[in-house]
Amino acid sequence: MTPQEIHDGLKARFGDAILDFKADAVTEPWIRIAPDRMKEVGLFLRDTPELQFDYLMCLSGIDNNDGTLGTVYHLYSLVKKHRLVLKATVTKDNPQTQSVESVWKAANWHERESFDLLGIIYTDHPDLRRILCPYDWEGHPLRKDYKLPEFYNGMKVPY
Amino acid sequence: MGLLDRQFQSSNVIITSLDNLLNWARLSSLYQMQFGLACCAIEMMATGASHYDFDRFGVMPRATPRQSDVMIVAGTVTLKMASRIKRLYDQMSEPRYVISMGSCSNCGGPYWEHGYHVLKGVDRVIPVDVYVPGCPPRPEALMEGVIKLQEKIRHESLAKKVA
Amino acid sequence: MIETAARGTTVTASPTTSSGRALRTEEMVLNMGPQHPSTHGVLRLELVVDGEIIVDVIPHIGYLHRCFEKHAEHMTNYQQVIPYCDRMDYVASMSMDFGYALAVEKLLGIRVPERVEYIRIIMAEFQRIASHLIALGTYGLDVGAFTPFLFCFRDRERILDLFEMTCGARLLYNYMWVGGLSHDLPPGFVEKAQDFCQYFKPKIKELNDLLSYNEIFIKRTANVGVLPADVAINFGCSGPMLRGSGVNWDLRRNEPYAVYDRFDFEVQVGRGEVGTVGDCWDRYIVRVREMEQSLRIIEQAIAQLPEGDVHSAIPKRIRPPVGEVYFRTETPRGELGYYIVSDGSTTPYRVKARSPAFCNLSVIAEISRGAMIADMVAIAGSIDIVLGEVDR
Repeated sequence: MTPQEIHDGLKARFGDAILDFKADAVTEPWIRIAPDRMKEVGLFLRDTPELQFDYLMCLSGIDNNDGTLGTVYHLYSLVKKHRLVLKATVTKDNPQTQSVESVWKAANWHERESFDLLGIIYTDHPDLRRILCPYDWEGHPLRKDYKLPEFYNGMKVPY
Repeated sequence: MGLLDRQFQSSNVIITSLDNLLNWARLSSLYQMQFGLACCAIEMMATGASHYDFDRFGVMPRATPRQSDVMIVAGTVTLKMASRIKRLYDQMSEPRYVISMGSCSNCGGPYWEHGYHVLKGVDRVIPVDVYVPGCPPRPEALMEGVIKLQEKIRHESLAKKVA
Repeated sequence: MIETAARGTTVTASPTTSSGRALRTEEMVLNMGPQHPSTHGVLRLELVVDGEIIVDVIPHIGYLHRCFEKHAEHMTNYQQVIPYCDRMDYVASMSMDFGYALAVEKLLGIRVPERVEYIRIIMAEFQRIASHLIALGTYGLDVGAFTPFLFCFRDRERILDLFEMTCGARLLYNYMWVGGLSHDLPPGFVEKAQDFCQYFKPKIKELNDLLSYNEIFIKRTANVGVLPADVAINFGCSGPMLRGSGVNWDLRRNEPYAVYDRFDFEVQVGRGEVGTVGDCWDRYIVRVREMEQSLRIIEQAIAQLPEGDVHSAIPKRIRPPVGEVYFRTETPRGELGYYIVSDGSTTPYRVKARSPAFCNLSVIAEISRGAMIADMVAIAGSIDIVLGEVDR
């Protein structure tokens, strides 16, 4: 199915949770979803027989440099061989997105990494803690306004 | 030899041959602690394999720090790992030596500029005897590093260093 | 009288002591720490064990987090990111470069000469053989066999000679650039490559005789760490992990990139020959058989190699349009994806590397419940992780 058909199906089912659809984006069209409805959209995408998006290829966080953070989901169906890109945008003051860990278990570690490096909080995640940086690290390094710390546990960090 | 190490005030004839014997024994069988962190670890393994063969220098890999003489820090040291490296170094028994292999553990390597999680050189946490440059160093370069360490050991002495 | 217990249950005894109390058992937490000879790098596994049986495994990663994504955002152009891509999966650097170069080329919309496509595939397949040799050699070392390690490294040295002839480096090449390659094939490369293919075929048979069908190895790896296919798909596993569980999925066949659709090779799938489908032995034998298929691809590519200039399509200045791309390739460990966001300048805005070992490692807790501590080493080795790629 093409992204346009998938978008029309989602719009018919979820209505106001589907915020935007950019069909002419370089290089793939994407659909913007409301961040607090991600789980039900994910379950619908995974379980509907015509869609069967059973493989979460990648889940990335991104800092849009205008006060908002985003999560980008790349989905694929091994059975139907079609792919889809979803986006969920939140503000830096309230960076809460619903977790899709219960839909695709691959999201477990990807969401922990996105929380660690960008500070997006995934609600309903069973174990949201830092994964790459140490557990007592302060700050979220991949944000555009991140400042390098001077010392960490007595060790000098800059060169 | 812990009772005799560095106990003598000045060199005298009696300990010179003993010096030579001890140094020869120590440098001919440097047991290394398998401590590969990153890419340089693959080159260290290749040096230990049959084509370049570390075993002819007497260097054998041991898994535990308690039984090893030299720790070859091969790879990038991150801030999360640095406290563990310090602990492993403390667990080694003397005489102990450290070879820093690769530019990441020498000075931070290619990650010196924007690496927020990279320790810029392992000598910020433990004392290093020999630095081997390269990214990654060729097996021949690592062998030269071990030979330089052997030279350093050859010139050690049981006598206390005065000033 | 103490009843013997099945795997995974706690042992209780009927009262035999005079006080009449039943025995209690407690779970113990063991640390397979960051420094361990069998964890293939700096991985910390916290094992919650009940006696010898594992109840839970909590992996802790991040001990090699080298901030690849931060560096990619600060490099002055797209070509400068390639040495950092090398260092992520240092055992298969050509494949990491390949994926990144293809992703940026898709974003730019440029096509590379045919000779570049063929050389890239030859190098990627040689790299696949070299990477699998390390995986198999160290796996044998983990379960106790020392000789296959030396044999595999000896054969790998010959492949590294080929790489050194071409670009001067043994391990981290910086060879595949956006739009082309850094060096053309030197004279004598084709003959040496054909010599290697002839030399290596009996070596695979030697490896099979030595390790694969060895009774001790089979006892250590068959029926251990069974990964069902639907769990593998849900966790995002790929590569030999997924194919070992019986799923016929290889990006070189199902989503061909470069010129892989011109070559004839078979996708190897685990069939549970000595145990259950999806156990450690299946994943191991998929890797051994993939080496044979890589030799087939290399021979076909060398026979069809066209002439051309490898530098002609390298752009002087890389300034992609505003947009993003997600491109995935098949590395020896699985599916590597690059998500690159461009804001129209010469510096990447965001580069996210979705590494195969990151997703493959997340399944370790599911497949090790109920195994013994010695099986943990076999399971961790069969996933074939490289921590540089897991932690980036």
